[in-house]
This record gives sequence, C-alpha cells and structure tokens, in this order.
Amino acid sequence: MASSVLSLASATPSASLSSHEINKGKLNLGNAGLLFNKEKTNPFIKTKSCVRISMVVASNVSRFEGITMAPPDPILGVSEAFKADNHELKLNLGVGAYRTEELQPYVLNVVKKYLPIEGLAAFNKVTAELLFGADNPVIKQQRVATVQGLSGTGSLRLAAALIERYFSGAKVLISSPTWGNHKNIFNDARVPWSEYRYYDPKTVGLDFEGMIADIKAAPEGSFILLHGCAHNPTGIDPTSEQWGIIADVIQEKNHIPFFDIAYQGFASGSLDADAASVRMFVARGMEVIAAQSYSKNLGLYAERIGAINVVCSSPDAAARVKSQLKRIARPMYSNPPVHGARIVASVVGDPAIFKEWNAEMEMMAGRIKNVRQKLFDSLSSKDKSGKDWSFVLKQIGMFSFTGLNKAQCDNMTNKWHVYMTKDGRISLAGLSLAKCEYLADAIIDSYHNVS
Amino acid sequence: MATEFTSSSSSPTDRRLSALVRHLATSSPMMESQTTVTFSPTSGFHGDSVFSHVVRAPEDPILGVTVAYNKDPSPVKLNLGVGAYRTEEGKPLVLNVVRKAEQMLVNDRSRVKEYLPIVGLADFNKLSAKLIFGADSPAIRENRVTTVQCLSGTGSLRVGAEFLARHYHQRIIYIPQPTWGNHPKIFTLAGLSVKTYRYYDPVTRGLNFQGLLEDLSSAPSGSIVLLHACAHNPTGVDPTLQQWEQIRRLMRSKALLPFFDSAYQGFASGSLDADAQSVRMFFADGGECFVAQSYAKNMGLYGERVGALSVVCKTADVASRVESQLKLVIRPMFSNPPIHGASIVAAILKDRNLYNEWTVELKAMADRIISMRHKLFDALRARGTPGDWSHIIKQIGMFTFTGLNSEQVAFMTKEYHIYMTSDGRISMAGLSSKTVPHLADAIHATVTRIS
Repeated sequence: MASSVLSLASATPSASLSSHEINKGKLNLGNAGLLFNKEKTNPFIKTKSCVRISMVVASNVSRFEGITMAPPDPILGVSEAFKADNHELKLNLGVGAYRTEELQPYVLNVVKKYLPIEGLAAFNKVTAELLFGADNPVIKQQRVATVQGLSGTGSLRLAAALIERYFSGAKVLISSPTWGNHKNIFNDARVPWSEYRYYDPKTVGLDFEGMIADIKAAPEGSFILLHGCAHNPTGIDPTSEQWGIIADVIQEKNHIPFFDIAYQGFASGSLDADAASVRMFVARGMEVIAAQSYSKNLGLYAERIGAINVVCSSPDAAARVKSQLKRIARPMYSNPPVHGARIVASVVGDPAIFKEWNAEMEMMAGRIKNVRQKLFDSLSSKDKSGKDWSFVLKQIGMFSFTGLNKAQCDNMTNKWHVYMTKDGRISLAGLSLAKCEYLADAIIDSYHNVS
Repeated sequence: MATEFTSSSSSPTDRRLSALVRHLATSSPMMESQTTVTFSPTSGFHGDSVFSHVVRAPEDPILGVTVAYNKDPSPVKLNLGVGAYRTEEGKPLVLNVVRKAEQMLVNDRSRVKEYLPIVGLADFNKLSAKLIFGADSPAIRENRVTTVQCLSGTGSLRVGAEFLARHYHQRIIYIPQPTWGNHPKIFTLAGLSVKTYRYYDPVTRGLNFQGLLEDLSSAPSGSIVLLHACAHNPTGVDPTLQQWEQIRRLMRSKALLPFFDSAYQGFASGSLDADAQSVRMFFADGGECFVAQSYAKNMGLYGERVGALSVVCKTADVASRVESQLKLVIRPMFSNPPIHGASIVAAILKDRNLYNEWTVELKAMADRIISMRHKLFDALRARGTPGDWSHIIKQIGMFTFTGLNSEQVAFMTKEYHIYMTSDGRISMAGLSSKTVPHLADAIHATVTRIS
C-alpha cells in the first residue's frame, strides 16, 4: 500500500508543488488511501491501474486545498464582531461611516432628489472643479487628467498602477500610521513603499520634525502620500504654515505630492477650506496626483464613486496621462459604474442642490464637532488624573486617535462592548451625544486600569 | 531640521527664489555642461512635466469604431461595432423590469447607501449562483460554491485571475483564438501567462473542433482554460452539446481548470437554461470551476457594472477559505462593489413576477437578433451575393463573424458608412429591418469588388 500511495504522489497534477502543498498533498493522500480502501469494495471502481487511481484521487482533492484562511479585514472585521455582540450597550466605533444622533445611516436629501444626468464627462468635469475650484487656471488650461474611479480605493489603485508602469522603482511614502488599506493597495500594485513619521504618541499630535526629515531623506522623485484633510486614522492635520513647509521640501527633492482626499467638506464643513492643502500645492505650479472619494461627503459609500486627478504641467501631458489611466482601468473593470457618477454630477452641477449639499455637509461636520465637544467635556469632568484630553478637540474629521494601546482597546471591547480598531482609533461618526458619557467612562477605565 | 525652512515671513516667491539660488549654487557635472539652468520638474517654472515620458495609449479598437462613427455626417451611417443591444429604432433599451425594480428601490425609504460587504450583496450572490448553476443543486446546498459580486464580466474575470495567479499552481491560461479583445490584457495584468487554443475555422466559418481538442490535449496538466459559456465573442460560433461533453471529458482527464465567461445567459438562445447548459455540464460532474457572470447584456445594465464570480470547490471548507482570499484581492482593488446594479438584479431575480417578465423581455431581445440574422441572410441570397452566408444564421448571440477581411471592411466603411471592427465582426444588435438592406448592399458590393 505504501508504495502505491507514493506513486500517487507523483501522479497528482502539479509539476511544481511548494513543500507546503506537498505536505498537504501527503495528508490528503492519507485520506485518499482510505478512500481507495473503501472503493475496493465498490463494484463501479473496477481496476487497480495507476492511471485510473490517479484520476480518482485528482478529482477528489481540491486544487485549492492548500489555501489558508485569510485573516478578517482589521477594519471591516470590527463591524462583523460588533454585529455578533448581543450586549444592549454595545457601540460600533469601528468603520468610518457617518451616523445620525440616532445612530442610523444617513441618506442625504440631495441624493434622494437627484435627476439623472447624461454622460460621465459631466462627472469628470464637476469633480475636478470641486477639488481645484472652478476658476483654477489648471482646469482652464486643461492640465488636469481626471478619470472616474471606484471611490477612493479604486482611484488610489489606478494611480498606483500608473506609478508602477511609468515610474519603475519609485517609492511611495505613506504616513505612520495611515489608513490600513493604503499598504495593501501599493503591495498589490507592486509599488514599493516606506513610511514617514507622522503621529507623535507623546503629544497625541503631529511629529512635524520627523515628518519633514523623513520626506527629505527619501530618494529624489519619490511619491509622498498626503491626506488632504482629516487624516485617517489620527484626525491630526498639519497647519497651513506646516503645509507650506511640506510643499517646500517636496519641491526641493523633486518629489511628487500624492493627495488622498476622502473627506472634502466633511472635515471642517467647508468644501473650499478642506481643499486648501491641495490647492496650495497646485497654486505653486506643482504637478500633483489627487484621489477623491464621495463615500463620506455625499454618503455614497456603496455606490463606489470617486476620481483620480493628475495635474500636469502641460495639457498634452494631461491627455497622455489620462489615456494611460483609462488603459489601466480597462483590464480591471472596463468602465466604472455610472449610477454614483450621475448623482454626483447632478448634485454638484445644480446650484440649488449644491447649496443644499453644502448645508447638509455643514450639518454632518457640525454633529461631529458637537460630539467631540461633549466627549471632551465628559472626559475632563470625569477624569480626575489631570490628563490632557484636549486632543479630542484638536483632531478633525471622522476619526480620533485616542492613544489607547491594543490591550486597552481590547478592554474597551471586552468589558465595555465598544468596538474600535486596535490602533486606538474611534469613529466619532458612530457616536451620539447620548453615548458620550458612557464612552468617556470606558476610555478612562481602559486608560488608567489597563496597561 | 525644520528650522531651515521656517518661512512664515517669506512669500512663496521668496521661497522659489531661494530654491533657485540653491540650484545655481550647487555645482554638478550636469550644470556645468549646460548653458541654461533647468528648473526642478515640480517647481512650477516652465520645465518639463514629470510625465513627459508617458506616451499616449492607443485608442481602444472597439471604442475607436464608435468615435469614427460619431464623426461621420452621412445620414445612412450604421454602427455595427458596438456590443450593446439596440431596439428596432436603433435606441438603447432599458428593460421594463429594470425600471420597475429601480422605482421600487427609490421608493423604499428604508434603503441606505452603506458599504456593502467586500463580497457584495448577499442576496445578489446567492441568486446569481442559482441562475447560472440551476435552482436545486447539491453543490450549492453543500456550500461548496463561493460567489462574490464584481464589476461586471471584466471585473469578475480579473478578480478570478488575480486569485489564480496567487494561489493556483499552474499559471497558464488558454484562451480561444480569437476571443474578446480585453481577455488577454485582463489575464496578463493579473499575472497569468496567456496561450491560445484553436477555435475559429475561417474556411468553414465555424468551429475548428479538431484543433481545439488537439490544443487542449497538449496543454500542461492543470492549465486554466477560458471557455465562453455561450454566444462566443466575436465569432458567434458555439460548440454543440455533444462537443461540449467531449471538451468536458478531455479537460477533466487532464485536470484542466475551466474558467467560464458567461456574458450572454438568456441573450443567446432566449432561454436562460439552454444558455447555461455548458456550465451546468461541468458543474454536474462534481469538479471544480470558475464562472464569471455579467448582467450587462441580459439585463441591459451595461453602465452599472454588475457581475459575479463563482468558484465551485470540492468542499465547503475549501470554498470558505477561497472566499476569504478573494476578499484580499478585492479590498485593495476597490474595497467593496457598487450597490445599485446588484440591487436591481436581486430585486428582479427574487420576485417571481419580475423574473417572469424578465424572461419575456430577454426572449424578445434574443428573438429580434435572430430575426435580424434571418433578414440579412435572406437579403444576401436575394441579391445573389457570391459565397455561402449560412454562417449568419448558424452563429449565435450578438455578433456575427462575417468572414470579411480588413480591406473589405475598410471599403464598406468608406463607401457605405458601415462601421464595424476590422476583424469582420458585426453586431447584429445594431441592425434593424430598415437598415438590413443597406448592409446587404454593402456586403454585396465589397464581396464582388474586393476579394
């Protein structure tokens, strides 16, 4: 039996199994050996010839047997765990999706009323105007290549593929920390990346010196990934002056700024204010890549609507870059989904609806600011240790980096049923005024009693 | 150190000038050999773009046909390039059931636009698997099938191919000669190496079955094989059921992995079940396979990008692990799929009345195309056009491979304003009873004047 089992090993389909797969194969052959015994008594399996047996074995073992279970997504997995929890006080501060005070998802009024608009060209036009300003010279001079992408992720991915193809060997520098999916995107696009210092745990603020030093130290012509506003996950943004210095260094080193703008309008409540960083760079005449998402600011999460913009120094370069971006998109999904694009084009393109949108955005950003204030007030009044909780107010956008470590985060979940990501990030969009005190209790307990 | 750049008191101009000074002060071989100063590419001065080396991508050959068509002022022009269904009046068609479903969705106040899970809409996935594999199958009941929502056919093929390139031991995929223009690019970019198998016989304008069997026989064991489930694009030539059975037996004996592209279920013959026969044959033998489904044509949802990738595995455990790995492919590509189109499909598939109405509308589309085939065939016969044109009525689906060469095609475009791809493929969906005579005239003229 042993020898025939060994011969089965060589008869399996693959020419070059990894040792892991061979081991798996061996285990399975163990099972197949048993199967073989059973089937000896089966009148329909007639012969003992090697060839026939190998076919039976091959058809009983999955070709994908060696595949391991992937870990759950660190961010989306939080929501899954939350769903499984039955505790009445549970709180989901994991995923960054805006909720009302009643903790319900919110469909913007302007989105409900939309009228379809023809063409994706309309979307590309309005999205660039929204980001850069309708009167921006770069738009008038046709120096912006804009291609609709699958929200922020998809737009970043298109840009990453462009970098891989046309800037072979160039690195992308990402902030430490940054959104968890950034490194996955660059990994899958085969673009090398490294980190620049960003978050300073001592101050729960920006490590500006570290950031500048790391950007300076990067090889010339690197791509620097910058969060346009409302940095995810920290909520810590550079000041306007700091942005100027960042731009200086990038110009010095011939780096290329690469903005990820997922919260325009959502951070401060003002579309223009939140685009200031990008516009500053563009105003200096720099060539800039900028990925946009309408998931949060228009609440269009599930429609997957965004865009990749590349500001070039000439209209000819812009046209060529655009053609290459489209060429990357085609073998990925041919063309993007039209529904979300129509909504955005309608909302942004109609002055009355646009005005209404601005108001709704101010409302959403306002609710988050109120929640920050209430949380800060609760923490300050309940915590007698004198710890400075003001970072809650200084940080901006949907997220707050609490400074809690993994063990403390586990305590938040296990003891208090508060769901958050392990890096200490909470989504304020998932917090209501009513729950601020409860959350404050949880944070104070985790911070002081768990190490 | 940041202090060097403390420029709160200096204007942007000052900073640019100091950057310039630093350039001039640096001595380098490059500087000395030039008489003029070159500015850093991102300095905003009139330097070259960092994208200077990016060449313009070639126009997509199929899209290029429509571009040329649009430019043509002739009143008798005909667009037979587009692979999109048109009515007898030459207009795009939004199915009634789709409008009804969309209305239902808009009217449902409880609907929100929250992110779908990475794998997409659960209902949609289950119903899609049911649609292609059949209502009551053991494999589905045993949870051996994993289905993930993707961006139409292209997206499903790409996600499946990326998964295979990472997890499957054999990285060669065989595609039919010819095949849809986007296929080779999808697979190559996903990391697979592409080979072809003989398919179309230009002499018979039918299937080169012998060649197909020979090429698949000589494929390395375990190779992936792309199969068009029905209505082969671009030829319209499908194997008979007996031929499919032979293909199946050959593939299983060589452990070749089937990867079906099902873009026309219901659209080819008018019957959803008939058009799924080839897939179901492979599904029934208990083996593993990949299936990419598209709802672009059969539901007319082209722009919404609705599709699904199903992987049929040996065991539920394998299927579950495969699904987890598919999520790792999807997340860095577009995070999660767009909700709109999938919601429409799910609404139609799960409602008995809407489903039945759909099958009627689907049959009407298929019937119209079949009737165009007969009209064209009759028209050519009536004109006594030399040659055997029976392939027009033997081929199936949206396209006909006329057998015309590129010179003949160019003649038809120039003299008769007929727009089609240079491989001689015409989209029957772009024909109407009114325009058939004009096309028949054109074919007659080109065949009699050019060989």
